Amino acid sequence: MAEIKRHDNRLGLWGWLGGGRWGLERYAYILHRVTGLGILLYFLIHIFVTNLRFRGIYLWVEGSFFDKPIFKVGEYLVFVAFAYHALNGIRLVLVELGVAVGKPIEPVYPYKTSLTVQRPLLIVMMLLAAIVVAAGGYEFLGLTR
Amino acid sequence: MPGEAAREVRFHVTRYNPERDAAPYVQTFTVPVREGMTVLDGLHYIKENLDASLVWRYSCRMGVCGSCGMLLNGRPMLACNTQILHIAGTDLTVGPLPNFDIIRDLVPDLVPMFQKHLSLNPFIVREDDEELNDPAGEFYQSPQQLEEYLQFTYCIKCGLCMAGCPTLATDARFLGPMPLTSAQRYNSDTRDGGRGLRREQAGSPHGAFRCHYAGECSHVCPKGVDPAKAIQHLKRSLVLDYLHLARKRQPCEKMHGPGQGQPLANIAAPPARTV
Repeated sequence: MAEIKRHDNRLGLWGWLGGGRWGLERYAYILHRVTGLGILLYFLIHIFVTNLRFRGIYLWVEGSFFDKPIFKVGEYLVFVAFAYHALNGIRLVLVELGVAVGKPIEPVYPYKTSLTVQRPLLIVMMLLAAIVVAAGGYEFLGLTR
Repeated sequence: MPGEAAREVRFHVTRYNPERDAAPYVQTFTVPVREGMTVLDGLHYIKENLDASLVWRYSCRMGVCGSCGMLLNGRPMLACNTQILHIAGTDLTVGPLPNFDIIRDLVPDLVPMFQKHLSLNPFIVREDDEELNDPAGEFYQSPQQLEEYLQFTYCIKCGLCMAGCPTLATDARFLGPMPLTSAQRYNSDTRDGGRGLRREQAGSPHGAFRCHYAGECSHVCPKGVDPAKAIQHLKRSLVLDYLHLARKRQPCEKMHGPGQGQPLANIAAPPARTV
C-alpha cells in the first residue's frame, strides 16, 4: 500500500507560547522555561568571562568592560530570573511529589481540576519571589550601603 | 428556536489535500447559524451546501467517542460539544488538532498517540492468567479503592490534551498526557499487578518527568479527567519506587464469600469460550 503523505502540524516553539486555553500555570511554565534558558546562557558567559583570568584579562573590575550600568541591570535580571526559577521550581517539586494536587475525584460538571487545588501554593511562591526580587533590588540599587 | 433568524458566521477552515496541496491553507465559508448549533452542525452545513469535499472525523455527536477533536478559535475542543455562538461572534477558525500530522483537512493522524498508549500496557496485568481469562469469581474492590482511579477511566482518547500540551509541541517523543494518565489509571487499580512493567517506559527520559505542569491538558479535557493530576501522582509513585519507599501491594484477591472462587451453584455456567 502506498504511503499516505501527511503534513507535520507540530507547533514547535510556538507551542510553548500559543495553543490551548491560557491558564495561570501556563504562564508560569513559559516563564520557568525562559528564565531557565536565561540562567543557562548567563552561566555559559560567566564561565567564559572568568576563564579569561588565565590570560590576565579581568573584565569585571572597576573601569573595565563589564563595569557599566547596563550590565548591572543585566545582573539584576539574572537575579530576578534566579529568584523566580528557584521558587517556582520548589512549587513544581512539591506538585510532582503529589503535594497540593489533591486526590482523584468523581468528575462532575463544571469540572474542578488539580490546578485550582494547587493555586494557593503558586500564589504563595510568587509572593515569596516578589519579596526576594524587591529585597534584591534594594541591594542592587546600593541602598544598603 | 424554529422561528429565530439565523446569524451568519464566517468559518475559516484549514484545508489540506495531500494529493494536491504542498501545505495547508485556509478557506472561508459563510454559515447561517442558529442558537444551539454546534460546530459539527456547521461543518455538516458546509459539506451539504457549500463544499462536499470537506473532510473531518466524527461519530457519536454527543461528546462520547472523542473523534471530532479540533482547534476551534485556537483552542482544542470537541466540535460536537461546542456551540458556535458560545465561542464565536462573526468569525470562527476551525483547524486540525496540532501536534499531530494532518492526514487531510481536519483529520489528524492519531496513530502515534495510540502507539504510545499501547507501550504503557494500558490493561489489567496479573500473573494468574487463567483466572484473568476465564474468571471463576469477583475481585473485591472497596469504593475507596475505586475512587483511586475512577476519574482517570473517563478518558475518551480524543487527543485534546496532546494538542494542548506545550511540551509535546517541541518533544515528539514525549509520551504525552493521555498515555501517562492511562498508565496511572491502571497503576492505581488494586486488581492490577503491572506497575513494574510500566515503570521503565513511564520513567524514561521522555516519560512522566518531561511534564512540567503547564496544566493545559486539564484545561482542555472535555471529560474532567485531569491528566495533569494523574501525571503528578504517577511521578510520585515513580519516585517512591526508585527510593524503595513505596508500600508493597499485592493485586487484590478474589472476593470472600459464597463461591470462594468457585462458580455459584444457582448461576448458569458461562457459554463456551469462542477465542
